Amino acid sequence: MKSQLKEEFENNMDFTPKQIGLNQETDLLIKQSHKGACGVDLPEVESFQLKIGQNPRSEIGLAEVNEPQVIRHFVRLSNQNYSIDAGFYPLGSCTMKHNPRLNEKMARIAGFADIHPLQDQSTTQGALELMYQLQIWLGTLTGLTSVSLSPAAGAQGELAGMMVIKKAHEVKGEADSRKIVLIPDSAHGTNPATAAICGFEIKVIPTNQEGLIDFDAFKNLITEYGTKIAGTMITNPNTCGRFEKDIKKIADLIHQVGAYFYCDGANYNAIVGKVRPADLGVDVMHFNLHKTFSTPHGGGGPGSGPIAVRPELEEFLPSPHVRKNGDIYEFYTPKNSCGKVKGFNGQFGMHVRALSYILSHGADGLQQVAQDAVLSANYILYKLKDYYHVPFKGFCMHECLLNDKNQKEKGVTTLDIAKSLIEYGIHPMTVFFPLVVQNAMLIEPTETETKKDIDKFINIMIYIAKEIKSGNGDRFHNFPLSTPRKRLDEVKAAKNPVITWSELNN
Amino acid sequence: MRYLALTKSDRDAMLKEIGVLDVNQFYQDVDQDSLLKKPIANLDFHKGEIEVERHMQNLASKNISASSRPFFLGAGCYKHHIPATVDHLIQRSEFLTSYTPYQPEISQGTLATIFQFQSIITLLTGMEVSNASMYDGATSLAEACLMAMRIKKNKKKIAIHSNLHPDYREVTNTFLNLADANFADEANQDCAAIIVQYPNFYGEIPNLDDVRKKCDELGCLMIVVVNEIVALGLLQAPKMADIVVGEASSLGVGLNFGGPLLGFFACKKEFIRQMPGRICGATVDNDNKMGYVLTLNAREQHIRRDKATSNICSNQGLCATAFTIHASLLGENGLKKLALINHKKACDLNDKLKKVSGIKIVNQNFFNEFTVELDRDAKLVSQELQKDNITGGLAQGNKMIFAVSELTSKDDMNQLCKSLNRILN
Repeated sequence: MKSQLKEEFENNMDFTPKQIGLNQETDLLIKQSHKGACGVDLPEVESFQLKIGQNPRSEIGLAEVNEPQVIRHFVRLSNQNYSIDAGFYPLGSCTMKHNPRLNEKMARIAGFADIHPLQDQSTTQGALELMYQLQIWLGTLTGLTSVSLSPAAGAQGELAGMMVIKKAHEVKGEADSRKIVLIPDSAHGTNPATAAICGFEIKVIPTNQEGLIDFDAFKNLITEYGTKIAGTMITNPNTCGRFEKDIKKIADLIHQVGAYFYCDGANYNAIVGKVRPADLGVDVMHFNLHKTFSTPHGGGGPGSGPIAVRPELEEFLPSPHVRKNGDIYEFYTPKNSCGKVKGFNGQFGMHVRALSYILSHGADGLQQVAQDAVLSANYILYKLKDYYHVPFKGFCMHECLLNDKNQKEKGVTTLDIAKSLIEYGIHPMTVFFPLVVQNAMLIEPTETETKKDIDKFINIMIYIAKEIKSGNGDRFHNFPLSTPRKRLDEVKAAKNPVITWSELNN
Repeated sequence: MRYLALTKSDRDAMLKEIGVLDVNQFYQDVDQDSLLKKPIANLDFHKGEIEVERHMQNLASKNISASSRPFFLGAGCYKHHIPATVDHLIQRSEFLTSYTPYQPEISQGTLATIFQFQSIITLLTGMEVSNASMYDGATSLAEACLMAMRIKKNKKKIAIHSNLHPDYREVTNTFLNLADANFADEANQDCAAIIVQYPNFYGEIPNLDDVRKKCDELGCLMIVVVNEIVALGLLQAPKMADIVVGEASSLGVGLNFGGPLLGFFACKKEFIRQMPGRICGATVDNDNKMGYVLTLNAREQHIRRDKATSNICSNQGLCATAFTIHASLLGENGLKKLALINHKKACDLNDKLKKVSGIKIVNQNFFNEFTVELDRDAKLVSQELQKDNITGGLAQGNKMIFAVSELTSKDDMNQLCKSLNRILN
């Protein structure tokens, strides 16, 4: 494989004209490097006595390119990306909603972007006040009034949340005896991974025929492990797109054995402003500001994963936490803090964007967000139910779950359906997740898609289903065809990993 | 509301088609006492752009930005100039508003950027492999320690060579405690790794060969932490290390009140399957054209669940993109020159401060940050500097850690020295 890549990499400029239209390719910058080029102008330095206690380094091996080259390179690369700004992006459990540019503008105000985390707090009162206001909003929306903005992303929010629970048990002298955490089999992978990092042992709660937690199985786990249980991590609405209707009973049971209820807030968009998780018996939850509160995904991050807890758990929150002391806002370390999970003060730039979004929507707008997200998902479910298998009957929340049972008999699978959507100009839904449904397709439209765009998606999905039904689905195996690259060989990539341009040269 | 895409008539039409009278019917599984039919009280209603901007500007005006006065803070978060190109490119919709590149056919832009990020990080650090980024330097170090303990099974201690950034120490300590591990008082054979910060918290540049020797004697791994990545444009690459982690926000990202920053994670290739986080790899498509995918996913939480190498999912994607653009603009000569200018400025300030009585320079050597000893509590000095509209270095007891960069002017330095002269004498 290496030699094949090498050949491709070294393949010199071909001057034969190709019909490419707007589909411009670009070489890696190292291949465009030409000696003496530079994309910055820095002043010359007179020679002076170095004080580094060693010889300065010689060659690093970076590319030498000028500014126009860099811009053209990244513009051409950007043209190879799909984005929410360009089209419908119904990735289940990812909440790909519109990212308002106002938030970007706000995050770039010098008073927010150009302040140092170790400046004297008297010179950053506005930043602390902003964090405090965000804490109040998140606390009021959830009813879990003590909020920490420290965690860097959803997975770290989960971790901080479980650390709070661990610490609460520790203070009661029960940390060593409570080692078990109950997690549904439909959970995101981050839940068991997080519990494992915390040193917990995981017991899996099965999903029932309705796509809900199997309540009897849950009861049995409670009976079996009782006070050995530290807590449960439950996503509600869950990843099957359903609201856990037994959630209050589940909370009661977990509290009866002295354990805590952690709610994964990945799917909070379905219930923001409609249901306060505290009213359901939740003790701790995390938010994904990059989902519910519209901070951009940025091709993989940064995220931000604040946590909200009941007031009696505030003393265990990670440090630092913002509080108001008279007229002064200040960072402090809670009395029995579970520790520091990230350097400095969390993803502050994301806090700015999230507050800007929240203020724009207000309490009324946020409730409408949830209602519209749920309405759109149910509309898609209703329109597609006759064409695709629906594993769990009933209304859905903000995402609907289908699978390829009807199509598989014709030899076309979820993967082909996803890749066909790409060919038809739409980003695929989440596929092969949740694991409890074979070849799942999880569709989350969000509230920022027009009915017209949703209808277009529905029509394409129906078209694909009809083509497969009439035996014309074989061509989908090769889709997509019109993209910058066709299907890529992932097995090859993993077998002999080539992950830097230096390796292409060897 | 401007971000909502459905009109009232759309909603009515959709409800009618589904055969539902009221949107609340979809919430039938919610205990009806818990279902809110009206917006939550005590919270504001929606606002237009003008009102939101006013609100946010008012908050921002209560902060004093770093650029507005002579500025000498560093300690893990460094103020550098960011070329205009960087912010322009990362605000392109295709980078800003795309998801993690799980569908490679329509994510080659993000993937090729990550591939180049990984390439640049390995060149700077002298390592063979890099992942696609971590939250920040502190969490990268914590993950490096967990990885070292996976590799050196049964060793539950980590040693610190000297003077590690206190936040890095604290965050790592949090993760070690979760793994029933802890810091050793001094390096010994029970240690999975020795951590050495390069340059260290006080700006001193440690001799890495000595640390390597010690690691070999004790049979532990060597973790090098770099929290000012610009230093690697002048200092030797820590290529004798097993793992190199740290903070790369100096290029492209900026201060942001300490977040988002940009953690990086690089190591020897033999440990690649133990690494945390996403990795991008080259491959070919159905037409045999070179392309990129996320690879070695079997390490990650969405596949391996409780057996994953880490729980990390979202990383700092856009910050890594910003870094890659800035590093590309600098290139081989730009980065070296930038590093040299940073060092020159530090030498200049060092020379000037030597002449201020009441100040003793602590460092033997340094890059763009060094420490001085004062004859009194540095916090009080810092407060006095503030009265002269100067943001001093980080106060640590009677020490003050000064950082400079290409943005620090001669005038900034003179103002600082003048002010210190007034305060100390």
